[in-house]
Parts: sequence; structure tokens; C-alpha cells
Amino acid sequence: MFNSTLKQLSALLAQKKLSSAELTQSYLDRIAQRNPELNAFLTVDAEKSLAQARAADAQIAAGKAQPLTGIPVAHKDIFCAQGWLTTCGSKMLANFVSPYDAHVVEKLNAAGAVILGKTNMDEFAMGSSSETGFFGAVKNPWDPTRVAGGSSGGSAAAVAARIAPVAIGTDTGGSIRQPAALTGICGLKPTYGVVSRYGMIAFASSLDQGGPMAKSAEDLALMLNVMAGFDARDSTSLERPEEDYSRLLDVRLTGDRSKPLGGLRIGVPKEYFGAGLGADVGAAVEAALVQFEKLGAVRVSIALPNSGLSVPAYYVIAPAEASSNLSRFDGVRYGYRAAEYGDLTEMYRKTRAQGFGAEVKRRILIGTYVLSHGYYDAYYLKAQKIRRLIAQDFAQAFKQCDLILGPTTPGVAFGLGSMSSDPVQMYLLDIYTTAANLAGLPAMSIPCGFGEGGLPVGLQLAGDYFSEARMLQAAHQYQLATDWHLRQPAGME
Amino acid sequence: MSLSLPEVKQVAWLARIEITDAEASAAQGKLNDIFKLIEQMQSVDTEGVAPMAHGQDVVQRLREDRVTETDRHVLYQAIAPQVEDGLYLVPKVIE
Amino acid sequence: MDWETVIGLETHAQLSTRSKIFSGASTEFGAAPNVQACAVDVALPGVLPVLNKGAVERAVRFGLAVGADISRRSVFARKNYFYPDLPKGYQISQYELPVVQGGSLSMLVGDDEKTVRLTRAHLEEDAGKSLHEDFHGMSGIDLNRAGTPLLEIVTEPDMRSAEEAVAYAKALHSLVRWIGICDGNMQEGSFRCDANVSVRPKGVGVLGTRCEIKNLNSFRFLEEAINYEVRRQIELLEDGGKVVQETRLYDPDRKQTRSMRSKEDAHDYRYFPDPDLLPLLISEETVEQIRSELPELPAAKCERYMREFELSAYDAGVLTSSREVADYYEDLIGALGGAYKLGASWITGELFGALKRAGLEISQSPLGSRQLAGLLQQIQDKVISGKTAKDVFDAMWNGEGEAAAIIAAKGLKQISDAGELERVIDGVLAANQKSVEEYRAGKEKAFNALVGQAMKATRGKGNPSQINEILKKKLAG
Repeated sequence: MFNSTLKQLSALLAQKKLSSAELTQSYLDRIAQRNPELNAFLTVDAEKSLAQARAADAQIAAGKAQPLTGIPVAHKDIFCAQGWLTTCGSKMLANFVSPYDAHVVEKLNAAGAVILGKTNMDEFAMGSSSETGFFGAVKNPWDPTRVAGGSSGGSAAAVAARIAPVAIGTDTGGSIRQPAALTGICGLKPTYGVVSRYGMIAFASSLDQGGPMAKSAEDLALMLNVMAGFDARDSTSLERPEEDYSRLLDVRLTGDRSKPLGGLRIGVPKEYFGAGLGADVGAAVEAALVQFEKLGAVRVSIALPNSGLSVPAYYVIAPAEASSNLSRFDGVRYGYRAAEYGDLTEMYRKTRAQGFGAEVKRRILIGTYVLSHGYYDAYYLKAQKIRRLIAQDFAQAFKQCDLILGPTTPGVAFGLGSMSSDPVQMYLLDIYTTAANLAGLPAMSIPCGFGEGGLPVGLQLAGDYFSEARMLQAAHQYQLATDWHLRQPAGME
Repeated sequence: MSLSLPEVKQVAWLARIEITDAEASAAQGKLNDIFKLIEQMQSVDTEGVAPMAHGQDVVQRLREDRVTETDRHVLYQAIAPQVEDGLYLVPKVIE
Repeated sequence: MDWETVIGLETHAQLSTRSKIFSGASTEFGAAPNVQACAVDVALPGVLPVLNKGAVERAVRFGLAVGADISRRSVFARKNYFYPDLPKGYQISQYELPVVQGGSLSMLVGDDEKTVRLTRAHLEEDAGKSLHEDFHGMSGIDLNRAGTPLLEIVTEPDMRSAEEAVAYAKALHSLVRWIGICDGNMQEGSFRCDANVSVRPKGVGVLGTRCEIKNLNSFRFLEEAINYEVRRQIELLEDGGKVVQETRLYDPDRKQTRSMRSKEDAHDYRYFPDPDLLPLLISEETVEQIRSELPELPAAKCERYMREFELSAYDAGVLTSSREVADYYEDLIGALGGAYKLGASWITGELFGALKRAGLEISQSPLGSRQLAGLLQQIQDKVISGKTAKDVFDAMWNGEGEAAAIIAAKGLKQISDAGELERVIDGVLAANQKSVEEYRAGKEKAFNALVGQAMKATRGKGNPSQINEILKKKLAG
């Protein structure tokens, strides 16, 4: 059961071979058993989850089941869910019980899904290792001495360890794709504006995007079908016709059954295969490319000349927006307030010094500095211009290819604590992922093999705006021909 | 470009984050490493390039002028550090 | 030394929308604390702003009314600073690209026309309120006002005295109410001014160091604060001191300005475009639609009253001093089908006098324009004289009924029957032979005495012009 895909579970529920209450209880039991070691979940609330499960069972009994009805979903603790502790991995919100639901949460609830619990993460989603959170690091189910990636590391580890069938995460510079890659699961960051940001605690508003994390591309499509959609409460939410993201999954591009991806032009940016890429990761991605060619895809060499600037530009734009977004955490209306202070200013300064962790404070300082008088043009404006150049690179590339393929990360999961003292090294792990956020493009990661230490390697597929269905099609066809996505960590069954 | 210790403290002041001298010194080194990375931006000529604020070139949608919200202050204040008579309490504000 | 005062004003006009600029919470004044602060206004984690169409339309209406450029594309920015009444830790405002640019406003200062150039007007959100009554040594924060839409209207430093500044502020106050974008209620803070004041020796080109006096919410405070500040700066400079650029507050009890402590550290607001909002685009159609709905503006109306109705500049100015007065006047003359001057003189005379004595606004007048028209119609129809009409007006003001009913009940209908008047006048002439002789001897004054006697004999109801006519005829005969 724990290896079943969402589609298989959905069928079991529909056939009444399993109730949602039973399914949910099984996962809760498994969480109780495995989470102490992994630290993937921060909050579980069996009573709430089972109440939703029973309601889902009633819906199924009434013949009103939708694809997600009764399916337990792990929520990154960045999504506000009414009545649930929503901490964003921070001491600042350690006591914050959300009085409202995020749009994504509303949609999942309306679709009959069950909130299985809230997952651990880097504090305020700032990190690439899920070590910066106030509640301790997430461990990688493949090797508990390694990180699970971040910032959606708890969601990734939960799916990888099969203690959640599917999960939701957010991606500002790779926070869905990178942990998905490091834990051997699938994760998709949609086109900016496809998933509403309402109720997703903001890190960097112009880059943040929620998305699904699952064992297969097919499950991602089913999840995205529910998560996506216009929301009038988010000014950046796009008004588009409803889309079935699973519609192309089983569509073959040619009549030749052995070549379902016949003619699909896969762009391979030379910049993604240069210095800095681990040999193990490079080899696994190259093997995947060969597999895609076997499926009929055509390899096209492309250039993304400004890709090297994406990390520098990202580390200006994201901290700048974050420094302002996090100003609301001031100890006045909710969240942490320092126990002792003299005047108002001291209350602010102590509350924020004590409530935020080191990485968050570092990024607030960077962001505050780059927006300061005299530096705005040199940093923020410059970064926004580079952002344009990066988007233009992609626009050029998509004239030559349909999808872009490369590694998601330079290496496999690294040791816990091994990079904590060197933020620059940590930031450079985002080298392949930040560009899609800057350009607002959809991108996903799927498992494509194993590298050093027998740890999973992920490949990244990026597409033009609104090409999620096509990306999922390519990923699904690859997964029909391979079984990397079915591999699971030892001792997890 | 590198940040001096007083600049680090000034930025922390603007951000309302209390910082000790030792913390400021430690932060200074790490921030300057990060700014070395950021400085790579200066290697590209962006003359004439329009800044890009969002991934999509879309415009602001307008909301009809209607009251849609109801009073939920009891719910919202249930999670507040300190309230009295419906007000959020803070250390004395001096103008 | 002779000093010149230089003043620029920044006015915050609260826009009269039903809901807030970025949320669906009500903007109504006077609710219990925080009941109108919704999730967006409280800045819960994860909430987002969506711009109110009503606020944008009002800003455009203002821009068109002052002849400004409406920015086809404008941008919202975040102004970052920490303050407990600012829940997000930043205020959403407009910085580099405001919605309205340029324009000007003209007004009378004494007998002279003065034109003040506007720099810009931009949309922004208001902050909440800090209540300083003692809560165990703490302050209370009410966020009901947080997110209320404001139009900040900024002038060039074009004013040279407190008098000019007040004249500008009054004209602006009248205009924003005229075009229906702001209720102008100064007690409730719907219209408040910040004054940038500096002084310089007469003839010097460069501006002196300025101080900004914040939150002046009455014309009297505006005047007093500027006058105090000018004196303070001149004394400081004449004593060899220097003006420090700072924000000051006016204390109306002491009639002094004082430095604002909370603003003492030099602010670095770190403005940047708000990434939660997208560029605001205003189409040509929208602008033209709003232009077509714009009421005739006071200056145009004033000019038209002088041209079409041949009113004096003074009367035309008074009648266009507010939308309510102009509407009253136009209703009145509409009902009378003319009588422009008669209507004007009754509004500026009797009606304004009565309103002033009662301390009422024209919108609160117990006498509606239709009722006053009923009275003036009786004058037009020569049923009563203007003099009698004043008594009828008082009766109407006191709620005794409509003009015609009062005239009938009190028997005030004037005598216009020529035969009856001739009989009365014959009697007057016979009884006042002395005056008749004096008149015939060339004493014009004697004629007035005879008119008076005739009026007395008719108990004031004789038609004065007819009496004049008959008297002249008989005296000549």
C-alpha cells in the first residue's frame, strides 16, 4: 500500500477495498514509527486528519468521489491551514495557529483530500538543506546522516520514506525540485501565477510558487489539477481556462510504439554540464538523455549564456523581497514576542533577534542592504535587468527546443552540517534551479539514477510558460520505460 | 564592495534585529563572502535592458469596490501576544 | 532683514470608497477597535493585496479635475519602516511612477488669483492608530483605519504665506468634495495636511532648510502652525542659528510646533516595487469614461454663472464654493425657470444669513431649494413684495409651512388692484398736502414720504411699483 501511487490508492478507495480512515490511520501509524528518526513532520493531528478522512469516506459512499477524495496529503508547514499550527519552520511562528486557509489548502480540502500533517522545512523556506529550521534538520531517508535538501525537505523525505503518499511544497529558487532530487522523488514548480500564493507564507513574492511532490509524474499531474487555478485574492494569479494536466500523459507523439516521444526536441544547455557538476550526477543525467533519445526524443545543443548569473541575481532579489516580507513579524499581532524588553524599539529588535534563526537574519540583512539608499541601482535594479537577460536566454532556447533537460543539483545529498558554515557554497547548490524562478518558467525534477553513496540523482526538465502538461508527458513516458522513480530507500517497506 | 562593521550594524538597526559586536563581526565576514558572489553581476553589461519584476508580463487586476469582509477580530486576536479591549498592546508609542 | 516664506503642502485626502484600497474590509468611520481590520489589514502571514477599482477611479477623477497627466502605467512601491500601526512593516504607496502627475489649482487669495502647481498625486494606504491612553504604560493599536485609501496630493513650493496655504487647502478641500472623491471630514481625519515650511532672505533664489509639520487637520491649525514655524525659523536664523531639517508636530494647546521624536533617526525607507502587485494600467477608454462623468468644475461653473447669468464675480464665487451650494442654486433657478439674480441674492443673503445664525451647512437647511423657489415665485408673480417675502422666509424657516399657505393665512397678499390703490392714494394726497407742495417745489424726498404713507395705508401690502406709478401720475396731473 505504501508504495501505491495516488492513482492506485484512488482506485482502491473508489472500489471500497480501503477506506480513507483506514488509509489515513495506516499513514499516521507509519509516521509515528518513522518520523522520530526523519523529523519530516512537525505536526500531525490524528483527530483532525481522521475527521477529514471520515468525511471523505462519506463522499465516496455518496458516489461523489473526485480523484483526490480520501487521499492523505502532507503539507509543507508554509501553507496556512485553519486550526493547524503553521510555523514556517520558525521560532517566530512556533505558536501560530492559522485562523484561515491558503487557497491551495481550500482547494485540496474541497477536493476531499486529507491533511496528513505539516512538514518540516528550512526556516521561512530559506535554505537548500532543511537544516535551518527551528525544529531541527530533516534526515534523508536514503541515508540519515545526509540532508534531505530544502527547503521543502520534510515533504520530500515524507514521500521518499513512504510516510506520505503525496505532498505539497513551495519553490522559490529550487525548494521543490532540489529536495525531490536528493530524496529520489518527483517535484514540479509550475509557471509563476498558476498556483495561488494566497496563504502561502511569503519568502520572495515574485519567485514563490507552490507545487506538488510525489512518487510519479502521473501523481504530480493529478495533484496539480487540484492545486492550480485562478484566485482573485492573489494579484499575480493568472486567469486562464481550466487545464487537465494529465491529458497528455499517455499521448504518444508518433505511431511507433517504441518511440512515444518521437520528434520531441530536448535542449541540453552546455552551461549545465561544465565545471562544478559532479561526475556521478553528470553520468546519470547523460544516461537519462540516452533513454529519452531511445524514446524518440531529439537532443539539441543550446546555450543559456547568462545562467551563471542566476545565483548572484537570485541572491539579491530573493533576500530583498524577503527582508520586506518578513517585516510583519514584529511581535505585535501574532507569533513570538521577546519576554523582556524596555521600549518599543527594543521589543522589535529582541523579538526579531530571538525569533529568527541565523540564515533568515543573514538574508534579511542582505536584502535590507541591497535596498538601502545608494545601493538600489547597483544591486536590486541590476539584478532585475539580469533577470530579463536570463528570461531572454530561455525565450531564445525555446525557439530551438521543446523542453530543456539538465541536472537538478550539482551533486547528491551532502552530509548534515557539512555546509552550514559556508553559505556561499550552499547558495551555489541552486545553480541549476534558480533560473526557472527568475524567468517564471515551469520546471520539474524526476529521479534518474544513483550516484555517490548510492544516493538518488534527479534530472530537471524545464519548459516554456504553461507547458506543464508537455513536461509531465515526457516525464511520464520516461517513467513508463524506467523504474528509478519506483526505487525506495532500504528498510522503508 | 565590502561592508564595514558600522554598515553591518546600521543594516541590522534598519531591519530591527539586535546584534552584538561579536555577531556583527561574524556576520560581516559571511556577508562579504556573499557580496563577492553577488558582485559577479557587474561582469555583464545591462545598459538599455529593462528591469524585470515578474516572470509574466501581466498587469494589475482591479477589485470591485465592495465590502466582502466581516468582523473576525476575536479569532485574529486569539493568537496575539497581548490585547486589551480589542486593541493590540505594545510598549508606549512616543511621537 | 526681510524674509520670504516658502510653503509646499502634502495633503492626504481619504478616498470615499466603501472598502479599503487593498482589502474588502469596510472603511466606515467609528467602528469598535479592530472590527474592520481583516486578515489583509492585520497582515497575517500569507495574505496578499488586491487593488480597489474605486480608489483608482477617484484618483483619475482628481487628476482630470486639476488638468494633470494621468499615468497610463503606474507602479506601487513599498515604503519600509517599523511602526506598530503599520502592520506589514511597510506602507504600500507609489514612488517613482505615481498615477497623477502635474496639474494645478487656482484660487482667490483676498482679491488676487493665485495658482499653485501640483507636483503629483499618488495612491497609498493609510496606517492604523496608536491610542496613547494608558494601558498599564502601554499603547493600544487599532487597525480599523489601516488600508484606508488615500490620495496624497503634493504641491510645488509655491505658497508664500500661511494665508495662501490656507486658501489653497480650502480650494483643494472644496474640489475633492466637489468631484465626490473625499467626504472632507477633517475631524475624522479624512483630509489632513503636512506643511513643508522654510524661510529665506528676500531676493535669494535657493530655498532654505525646510521643516515638515505633520498631520494638520484643521485650516486654523494649518495657519497657526505655519505662522509659528515661520517665526521660529526666522528667530533661529536671526540669532545666528541653523534650521535643522526635521519632522515636527503642531501642539494646538500651546500653539507651538515641536520636533517629532519617533522620526528622529534618518529614515532609509528602502522603496522598491511591491512584488505582490503588478503595474497599474489605465486605458484611454477608462480616462475618457471618467472624464465624461466628471461634473462641471467650480472654476468653469463660476465663469459660466458670470457669463450666462450675469452674476457678479463675488456671487458666482460664493455660489460655486461647494457642490452643495451650486446644486442648491441650480435647483432653485431651475424651478423658477430663470430669476438668476434674484435666486443668487436670496441664497447669498437671507439663506446664508439664516444658516450662519443656526450654525448649519446648506445640506442641513430646513428650507429646501424647492421651498425657497416657492417663495421667490410669489415675488416674481408680484403677489408679495421683497420686503414681505423676508417675513415669509422667517416663517418658513420656523417651519410654518409653504410660502403660499403662509401668505394666505397671514393675509400678506399685496394689493395690485389699480382702482383700490387709486382710492388709497387719493386719501393719502388729501391728508398730506404739505408733502405734495414740497414735492411740487422740487423736494424729491417728499415723494418717498408719500410712498411710505401709501404703504402704511395698505398695511404694507400695496404693490410698491404700482404705488410709485400712480403717485407720479397724480402728482404730475
